[in-house]
Amino acid sequence: MNAPAELAAQLEQTEFRLNGKAVNANAGETIIEAAKRHGVEIPHLCYKPGMRPDGNCRACVVEIKGERVLAPSCCRTPSAGMEVSSDSARALHSQKLVVEMLAADVPERVYKPDSELEHWKRWLGIGKPRFAARRQPAADLSHPAMAVNLDACIQCTRCVRACREEQVNDVIGYAFRGRHSQIVFDLGDPMGASTCVACGECVQACPTGALAPAHEAYLVKADKTVASVCPYCGVGCQLTYHVKGNRIVHVEGRDGPANHGRLCVKGRFGVDYVHHKQRLTKPLIRKPGFPKSADFVMDPANPLAVFREATWEEALEVAGGTLARIRDAHGGHALAGFGSAKGSNEEAYLFQKLVRTGFGSNNVDHCTRLCHASSVAALLEGIGSGAVSNPVMDVMQADVVLLIGANPVVNHPVAATWIKNAVKRGTKLILVDPRRSELARHATHYLQFKPDTDVALLNAMLHTIVEEGLVNKAFIANRTSGYEEIRNNVANYSPEAMAPVCGIAAPVIREVARLYATSRGSMILWGMGISQHIHGTDNARCLIALSLMTGQVGRPGTGLHPLRGQNNVQGASDVGLIPMMLPDYQRVDDIATRQRFETVWGTALDPQPGLTVVEIMDAVHAGKIRGMYIMGENPAMSDPDVHHARQALAELEMLVTQDIFLTETGYLADVILPASAFPEKTGTFTNTDRSVQLGRQALEPPGEARQDLRIIVEMAKRLGLDWNYKHPSEVFAEMRQTMASIAGVTWDRLERDSAVTYPCAQEGDPGQRVVFTDHFPTASGKARFVAAAIIPAAEQPDAQYPFVLITGRQLEHWHTGSMTRRTAVLDSIEPEAVASVHPDDLGALGVAPGDAITVASRRGSITLAARADGGTPRGAVFIPFCYYEAAANLLTNPVLDPFGKIPEFKYCAVSVTPGGTSSPTIGYSGD
Amino acid sequence: MATPAGTPQQSIVDTSALGTKRKSRGHPKGRPRDLQALAEMRALLGDAPRRRDLLVEFLHRVQDRYGHVCAAHVVALAEELRLAQTEVYEVATFYHHFDVVKEGETPPPALTVRVCETLSCQMAGAEALMAACAAANWPDVRVIGAPCIGRCERAPAAVVGRNPVDRATVSAIAQAVAHKHIEPALPAAIDYAAYRAAGGYATLGACMRGERSVDAVTTALEDSGLRGLGGAGFPAGRKWKIVRAEPAPRLMAINIDEGEPGTFKDRHYLERDPHRFLEGMLIAAWAVGIDSVYIYLRDEYAACRALLERELAALQAEPPCALPAIHLRRGAGAYICGEESAMIESIEGKRGMPRLRPPYVAQVGLFGRPTLEHNMETLHWVRDVVEKGAAWFASQGRNGRKGLRSFSVSGRVTRPGVHLAPAGITVRQLIDEFCGGMLPGHDFYAYLPGGASGGILPASLGDVPLDFDTLQPHGALIGSAAVIVLSQHDRARDAALNLMRFFADESCGQCTPCRVGTEKAVALMAQPRWDKALLGELSQAMADASICGLGQAAPNPIACVVKYFPQELA
Repeated sequence: MNAPAELAAQLEQTEFRLNGKAVNANAGETIIEAAKRHGVEIPHLCYKPGMRPDGNCRACVVEIKGERVLAPSCCRTPSAGMEVSSDSARALHSQKLVVEMLAADVPERVYKPDSELEHWKRWLGIGKPRFAARRQPAADLSHPAMAVNLDACIQCTRCVRACREEQVNDVIGYAFRGRHSQIVFDLGDPMGASTCVACGECVQACPTGALAPAHEAYLVKADKTVASVCPYCGVGCQLTYHVKGNRIVHVEGRDGPANHGRLCVKGRFGVDYVHHKQRLTKPLIRKPGFPKSADFVMDPANPLAVFREATWEEALEVAGGTLARIRDAHGGHALAGFGSAKGSNEEAYLFQKLVRTGFGSNNVDHCTRLCHASSVAALLEGIGSGAVSNPVMDVMQADVVLLIGANPVVNHPVAATWIKNAVKRGTKLILVDPRRSELARHATHYLQFKPDTDVALLNAMLHTIVEEGLVNKAFIANRTSGYEEIRNNVANYSPEAMAPVCGIAAPVIREVARLYATSRGSMILWGMGISQHIHGTDNARCLIALSLMTGQVGRPGTGLHPLRGQNNVQGASDVGLIPMMLPDYQRVDDIATRQRFETVWGTALDPQPGLTVVEIMDAVHAGKIRGMYIMGENPAMSDPDVHHARQALAELEMLVTQDIFLTETGYLADVILPASAFPEKTGTFTNTDRSVQLGRQALEPPGEARQDLRIIVEMAKRLGLDWNYKHPSEVFAEMRQTMASIAGVTWDRLERDSAVTYPCAQEGDPGQRVVFTDHFPTASGKARFVAAAIIPAAEQPDAQYPFVLITGRQLEHWHTGSMTRRTAVLDSIEPEAVASVHPDDLGALGVAPGDAITVASRRGSITLAARADGGTPRGAVFIPFCYYEAAANLLTNPVLDPFGKIPEFKYCAVSVTPGGTSSPTIGYSGD
Repeated sequence: MATPAGTPQQSIVDTSALGTKRKSRGHPKGRPRDLQALAEMRALLGDAPRRRDLLVEFLHRVQDRYGHVCAAHVVALAEELRLAQTEVYEVATFYHHFDVVKEGETPPPALTVRVCETLSCQMAGAEALMAACAAANWPDVRVIGAPCIGRCERAPAAVVGRNPVDRATVSAIAQAVAHKHIEPALPAAIDYAAYRAAGGYATLGACMRGERSVDAVTTALEDSGLRGLGGAGFPAGRKWKIVRAEPAPRLMAINIDEGEPGTFKDRHYLERDPHRFLEGMLIAAWAVGIDSVYIYLRDEYAACRALLERELAALQAEPPCALPAIHLRRGAGAYICGEESAMIESIEGKRGMPRLRPPYVAQVGLFGRPTLEHNMETLHWVRDVVEKGAAWFASQGRNGRKGLRSFSVSGRVTRPGVHLAPAGITVRQLIDEFCGGMLPGHDFYAYLPGGASGGILPASLGDVPLDFDTLQPHGALIGSAAVIVLSQHDRARDAALNLMRFFADESCGQCTPCRVGTEKAVALMAQPRWDKALLGELSQAMADASICGLGQAAPNPIACVVKYFPQELA
């Protein structure tokens, strides 16, 4: 329907002669591409399909009649009537000599069994090279993920293009000159000491293994390869697991719609957590005499200090049986469940169905509450849908990208590569964030505004658009309501008045507002810098208003995109893992909706919306909730004011956790059910682009660990439900019945295509990449403006707590770190808790980079290493929340946005003092 | 207290903990930000626009100010220009005239003496001179070899700092070192006032006022037969027409990167009459409709740079008519930047790596715009052609050829130098009529008709007319008309090896046939017995498959030695 225009290769064909035969080339096709299509192979090394051809190796030279010298077939497009020979004596001579010269300079040692140089050497029949070898450089084994053996380097610069042109991580260079030319990292530094972010794109690009995964992983011959999806962030990169003997030996990027072969450090080098020795392999039951306390000291390597092993039968009986008894004694509202945004759609669907039909309440939520609940609230209210209007990839078609409150280089690394690619192609990037991220270097405009002043800044942009007559009157008239109200509201927010509030000069606010409003197509992408405030919903309302006021939505390259955090946070929300919505965002308090589900599910449903994540913790404290079932989430790390949350969890009569490791939450459990890691199961996962993708099982779960779907079914049975799902495809079939958005997606199609974008109402629909093209999914079909006023953060810095704490994530660690801290590479790069502070603030504190500091709030105190980071604004501290030893959420403020019920993770007052005693680092990856 | 960031300190990149269990880094990945170096860089750049195309210029500022380019300054410059650190490092390490010094490395001594090692100077005793200089052990001085510095008529040549020492001896160099004579004397050129007083810029004025039409001037150029004098010989008038037909804005780039060994004609004219070239440049800009002109001058010509800066300032202070924007850009020690597309890359602030063609620079050139690129000398003749007429230029010539050529003659002749002679003159006539014959004790044995790339011909081919197109049948090229004369005391194979070493040093490193081929060729040619078959195979691949003229022409001397000097290989 609105699938990307097939830019017609067929448009214009050029006829030319190749090795004496008449052939056609499609428009824009190079000789080597056309030749391949016609079954003619031409040797090549620096050319890699999908990558900009560079024409430097000259292995692909061909003879063109009438030309003085040979031409690189990877760079030349044929013209009509051109006579090309790839197999003439003259062409073959140079092809052979080139390969022989290169082969002379690489050692016989094998770094990559399928070395392309070796392949072409054999293909061309080249024996032992007749030239003396060059002097060989030493190996560089300084990086935990990759080995650099430049003795095998043929200087084809594929790694340079991968690093600089594809990923735009800008680390690899080709320095010096002539025979001294050399692949370098930064300034010729050891890879491990460079700015390398270990995306591994260079490794994937290298034809000879000069750049290869560390520890000779290439030399292990895999038994099988499995096409699947990355278990980490919401970008949803497709990848291939190379498996030998139930172990993943290495990972490669696959051509998925969101990544086209690209991966980041987590996806490529961060999957060995599945083989970690701390995997739970047997059900565990808390031993008597080990009371639960919020002040626990955790030893994840030794669960048997607190728990005893049990059979599945016993564990399920204790877990399900106890929850059933609580339900029967105190009613369904005495129970709650947290599902997981890491699990599949099928798991999430069954989990919420279990809570709604087995517990009998709507007390089901998951970490979406902690990331984009406010965005979703504003989107549902304004435009009737919580999902993105356009995929990330649409930045490539946008003239302007407004990126606010997001650090995709760290949190959505592959999405960031497309943004950087777009900028290289001329898209203007307006980056708005108090923290100066790596993208600032690429931004056309970087607005380092004061934390917490989003509404002031955005209203000033709206003011400019109204005042300068940049509104899209037709769009407002035809497709929106409530314009008058917002126009009147923003009248009070001139850029001149807001400049001192937000710290951005009025002319700059005006300039970016004009840029956004007047471009041919503008995309807004945002992250949790927008959502995690008590005014998170207001922040998102302003962004929605920007797009509605200017008509910048509903076209390719034009729209709204909240960047989703976890691999399946979109899907988990879609399938109803939220307390007020049934699948497909159908409200539980709507009678007709409820009745429809009651029919399908064959049971009565609670009409009252359930409690959200933080509300559930409060309800536990209040004695209203007595039992919980938590699958794959870790609220004992991720909740704000986490000591309070841990207390609540400790107070539960029955806490059942289902996880692959003993997490902080698991430490407070009564029963722990050992579950399956991502590569150990099959299921669908919906990425930030609304693409439903199939993750395929590559491994068997270890020991007695079970696939999550089976565990949920078993738990349901203990709660009296008559479930008999055997395979995720059966669950998916049921989901299609209740969810119009995916009604047209068949399991067969997922198996065939690996990805289908919804909405896809009818079987055979292509799926809509861009939505809201002619109407919004609201009752009236129109979108609604909602005005926002300035609400300051709940806790302002003062004399006692003069700094602002901003929490978030690191590139290497994901969510609460339970997986990433157990992968050798990621742990090696970021091994311990660290707080980023502006160097001048550190200087003023008399703290040297790397020294310990103590950060305290009204709620708690942690000690951790200081990192001098010029990107952190003065007066702020940034702390990732993944370190148990210095849990940032001991400090955060549990105040909530009134609409999204999302906590204010991005702002609370803290003090910073030199020194302190840090907790010893937990030995996750140690031997 | 604070040492300037220009002073390398202990390694800031701590690699000691690599491979072991690491502690958290106190800084983001990579080098810690050096705020002092950043402040120094900001001071050094002042209010200069932070444009990427100025990168080479900015690196010169750093090298000039600090005597080298330290890692902290590379990083600071990257931050100021919003470039990848490695991008600045790539560029800085590509050019010979930037000394990149990393943490823990010793910066070079304050003064550098460069001794030219290329053929003409080598024949004049560069090796012994180099050895003597190295043995002199001057304090805080380094002595290094250098590729051709364009002073071949006064070989052996050396440069102390920026000050060239002609017919250099170790004592002359020692004098310059001792007295800190490190800047060149300004040549006594015809300055702006004198040039105008003698009627200069009148023709340009007539063009601008419409007294001469673009068509008439362009046609005169075409009819004169004036061809590009940088070596490729593309007809100048036709080039004007081609570029003029491309969409505006159009740019012009002028190549004064005169680096072809044996060539010094551009310097010769520049040192004497710079405005004649500038007027030609402005006439071309007018005729082709050029918005901006970029003059790329090799860094070795420091005196010419000072002169051009002075004269351009004079011209711009009191312009004879409206001028296009004129930018003078400074090379940084890279022969390859004389290749037209490599020069464009260098002007854009990048490594001088030739581009693949098509597209041609006339269509997609500097900053992606249609670009008129000319060798300086070509423009030097424009005024004469316009004023004296096409017929005047075309009427010159000998042996059936037309026009004039400025031969840079060096080697074993009595009067080396630039000799303006009729095109088509033979080398024997050139030696006898213009160069005062061979040096005493030297008999004519062989000659290079066109610098390093033009091949080596034996005395038996001394009667072939020297011009474009006349030498190809013999496996040689006239190129930039750099004639190096060898005598019975020289060997062609030694010359060929010297030249191949030069090519290996100057290869940009981009394509395999040139980067690897030149190196393998040097190794094979240094053997007492040449593996002629393998050298032949290698030569063919280099000539056929290299990206640019450097690699394509580099094997020319090999073939010539095999063909014309078999006795040397026996």
